[in-house]
Amino acid sequence: MRGAVLRAAGLRMRAPSPERGEGWGEGAPTERPEPPRSEWNASGCRRSSGALKRTPSLQRGEGWGEGVPTERPEPPHPALSPLGRGRRKHYPAAAVFIISTLLVRGTLAADIPLDQRRSDSDFISGDTRAMQNDDTANPAMLVVLDGETLWNTKAGETNQSCADCHGDAAKSMKGVAARYPAFAAELGRPVDLEQQINLSRVTDQKAEALAFESKELLALTAYIARQSRGMPVAVKDDAVSKPFIDAGRTIFERRQGQLDLSCAQCHDDNWGKKLAGNLVPQAMSTGYPIYRLEWQEVGSLQRRLRNCMSGMRAEPYDFGAPELVDLEYFLMWRARGMAMESPAVRP
Amino acid sequence: MARALIHVPATAKKGDIVEIKTLISHVMETGYRIGVTGQPIPRDIIDDFVCTYNGEEVFHAKLYPAIAANPYITFFTVATESGTLAFSWTDQHGATQVQTAAITVE
Repeated sequence: MRGAVLRAAGLRMRAPSPERGEGWGEGAPTERPEPPRSEWNASGCRRSSGALKRTPSLQRGEGWGEGVPTERPEPPHPALSPLGRGRRKHYPAAAVFIISTLLVRGTLAADIPLDQRRSDSDFISGDTRAMQNDDTANPAMLVVLDGETLWNTKAGETNQSCADCHGDAAKSMKGVAARYPAFAAELGRPVDLEQQINLSRVTDQKAEALAFESKELLALTAYIARQSRGMPVAVKDDAVSKPFIDAGRTIFERRQGQLDLSCAQCHDDNWGKKLAGNLVPQAMSTGYPIYRLEWQEVGSLQRRLRNCMSGMRAEPYDFGAPELVDLEYFLMWRARGMAMESPAVRP
Repeated sequence: MARALIHVPATAKKGDIVEIKTLISHVMETGYRIGVTGQPIPRDIIDDFVCTYNGEEVFHAKLYPAIAANPYITFFTVATESGTLAFSWTDQHGATQVQTAAITVE
């Protein structure tokens, strides 16, 4: 009974099974057949078809859980079910749980309606919000000033600064951060603002790329993002970009990690409720890079996403991984039209 | 040394209570943390902050490892006369950074 409730709540931990080639870091991804929809999945998982279409990546330490084939006459292997073994035995208890969840929450499985979207600043304390909105109190402004210095610093073989081509950032960079991630034709895929800065450095300035989360890259990003404060998020969602946004959505809605949670379960379905004493925000990524009080420094959206993945006991994607950029793209598309707040302050 | 942000009202009436805000970039490493190699990260903090108003000390704070990175110190003083507010942060190694701001009292 308890196990079923934990599973239904997505809180059941699972270990990888070497017999099925699952592991936390090694092994190549294998193709698996798509599991069927069961009555449980149809009601218990949000967006059941989407949730079931995924293929676990062994490189990222994902798996379907340690299912044992019990009481199921037909293939496929229960290991393919995100809910693991012994479902039927606990069906009544699970049904009660799901029904009660539905009664409390209303309908599951939908994007947050556009008019119900709220900035993540609405979910932080008034003190923290005041710190963010006061440029003399927002500690990220120190980093923005560093970025301004770097903007005017000559670099690379060309011995040119950002300002030599782009001029005054207050004019040339206004609204730019609100349009990233964006499709980069030369790479055939989207890049986020950090990667675009590095692209410019390498191709135009003939300088070395800055490391992810390095002070310099964060400073330049924060300085550029600051120029878009208050402007609406306006990432492109044309035919070229759509597949990448959709890929980001798939990651957002896919259950992952030992806790078997998806981003959407917290940030679409349960925003406004508490997680360990903190309000769960809607994850509208309008304020990055952020100064996070917990970090005591500025960090990127990718760092924050990796942070959440560790929290779900999933192995995070590496910095700069295409999956992270797709996820960033989806998040910005999800926040389309909302005002930029960079650099925000978060607890 | 480090980057600092100071906010002092440019003008004030005589006798006004004015709010002063200061923010300085510093890691404020406590000395209690362990690095990735297992070695303790040495303590590195600003331990003293003084504000003088035309040479007279109006605010003085001692800082300890419990203060978060990038110390933000804000306080009030009475605008008595036009002049200079000088802010000085001293770290545990004795290095001092001084920054000034002007105020006009009408």
